[in-house]
Amino acid sequence: MTTALRDTDTEPAEVRTARRPRRPRRRERGVDPIPWWLRIVVALVGLYFILPTLFVIPMSFSTATTFQFPPKGFSFQLYENFFTHKVWLQSLRNSVLVALLAALLATVVGTAAALGLHHLTGRLARLVRTLLMISIVTPAIVIAVAVYISFLKWHLVGSLGGYVLAHAVIGVPFVLVSVTSALGGFDPKLLRASASLGAPPWRTFLRVTMPLISRGIVTGAIFAFVTSFDEVVIALFLRSPRFQTLPVQMYNSVTVEIDPTIAASSSVVVIAVTVLCLVLQFVGTRRKSR
Amino acid sequence: MSVTTSHAAAPAPLPPRAGTRIRLANVTKDYGLAVPAVDDVSLTIEPGEFMTLLGPSGSGKTTTLNLIAGFETLTAGTISLNGADVSELPSHKRNLGMLFQNYALFPHMTVAQNVAYPLRERKLPKADITRKVAEVLDLVQLTGRDGHFPAQLSGGQQQRVALARAIVFGPKALLLDEPLGALDRNLRATLQLEIRRIHREVGSTFVFVTHDQEEAMNLSDRIALFNNGRIEQVGTPEALYQSPETLFTARFLGDSNVFELSRVAEGTGTWEDQTWPVDSRTVSPRVGAGGRSALVVRPEDVRLVAGDGVVPPGATSVPATIRDIEYMGAYRTAVLSLGRGNAVGRARLDATESKLGIGQPVLAWWLVERQRIVAA
Repeated sequence: MTTALRDTDTEPAEVRTARRPRRPRRRERGVDPIPWWLRIVVALVGLYFILPTLFVIPMSFSTATTFQFPPKGFSFQLYENFFTHKVWLQSLRNSVLVALLAALLATVVGTAAALGLHHLTGRLARLVRTLLMISIVTPAIVIAVAVYISFLKWHLVGSLGGYVLAHAVIGVPFVLVSVTSALGGFDPKLLRASASLGAPPWRTFLRVTMPLISRGIVTGAIFAFVTSFDEVVIALFLRSPRFQTLPVQMYNSVTVEIDPTIAASSSVVVIAVTVLCLVLQFVGTRRKSR
Repeated sequence: MSVTTSHAAAPAPLPPRAGTRIRLANVTKDYGLAVPAVDDVSLTIEPGEFMTLLGPSGSGKTTTLNLIAGFETLTAGTISLNGADVSELPSHKRNLGMLFQNYALFPHMTVAQNVAYPLRERKLPKADITRKVAEVLDLVQLTGRDGHFPAQLSGGQQQRVALARAIVFGPKALLLDEPLGALDRNLRATLQLEIRRIHREVGSTFVFVTHDQEEAMNLSDRIALFNNGRIEQVGTPEALYQSPETLFTARFLGDSNVFELSRVAEGTGTWEDQTWPVDSRTVSPRVGAGGRSALVVRPEDVRLVAGDGVVPPGATSVPATIRDIEYMGAYRTAVLSLGRGNAVGRARLDATESKLGIGQPVLAWWLVERQRIVAA
């Protein structure tokens, strides 16, 4: 149970904060021990969050041709389906491509916005910040419909560009937030120091600002990637026979085809996202140990 | 009011130095607030000079330094380095070294990488960079720390690294923005000596900003005292201490006994109901006709005698009461009620005066040439 908690970084904040005191370093600093009942609550909350995801992994090794739990037998049949059928592979490729490009675009835009807004105070800056964050609070369906209607006009429905643009919009807030928080610990005097030492602004950005906020940029980029990778509502509206992403193919496979291959594809997604989050944690600890 | 310094006011003759003359002409910086941050300041800093911009916070000294560095744009006026106008030049093209209060070292780079930064920007060959970095780290006595990160060093060591980084590329001048402000007292004294030594060895122009008058007096060839965005007075530390021109200068540097004079005329000044002799040589040129003025005298120049004692002829004296005696370590200071009792003054006590008791009526006196009449 505890290992399950440690393996993912997607639990809510309360689980994370509760877990931390178990590290010996924290103990030595004299943090109170956690009462047993709180540990149980934390474990239950953690289970509640990750149990559904864990169901799908045993199912992906089933021999059955329909959904059954507990799974019957053991085989790699579903994985074979997934990795040999063109429709699955193509949608996986599409998803990865869209997510990469959308994350790249969101990272550039979000980082630039965070840098620009960092030194600004006042009403206008707050307004711009809110505008950039709006896609995080707007219901996905509202964005999806709006995107669909405008993209119809611009002939972007069903195209790679359309997916990338729409997914970049929902990725920007994550980058903005993580880069802004990274900038919180950034000393603006360093910019002046760098200028006094003869570096023009763009060199200062490359050699000073970027290395120091890289953690925020990487975090934001990964969040933007994951957000795009598992986005389904907008993708449903934008799909076309020529172009669809993995989540849409999964939706189809359940609603139209009743194909248990979805168990394998879901496992692949779960593992991919988990690996990314572990990378994030690794980036974090490496920085701190410096 | 603008103060222009002439060559005649330059300090004692120094050996010729490879430095830069920094000239500020009618420099103004206005943020659109009630008062400009820097208001029509003119100042010439001589090659190789150690010039301190001194003043209380908000007096415009740091803004002036930032204007020289190019971190802020001028509202009016010009700044020139060795005669070349740099007013429009961005800071990275001005070739001036800068030291910051919080060191501003790049935390993700090692000591060697920090110091090599300006050399790499100037595209020097690798071998030259390595050699120069080693040389300058030796100069600031940090040999062997090249692989450390700033966070692994103490505050004093970090400021040495920053100093090495700021001088390694041979800047036209070094600008220092309260570089010792974050250090404790003992370390400050050590680094003051260090900065003076490096100034002597490097020989370039140093512009030092501080609010600490003691630091300014210890380090500077000349001090420019700032007040409300203007320069109050420029001169050697001795000149500022011994011949203040305004009450602000007298009060900012060292302790002063201040008597606001109601009238100065024909060799006399009037304070309360007393008329004192005034030596015209001790009157600041800034005391205008009919302007408000004050007599100031330093505590170490004030002598005390018991109430019925004798005062030397020609000395100015005023009846006083000792309210308290402060022990300062090397000496004692008497806190005095002067005249009718509204004015508070101080006198440094010598061995015999230390026998005077609290509450005792005394005569406080000083020689006329020790007093100074300043603009109030």
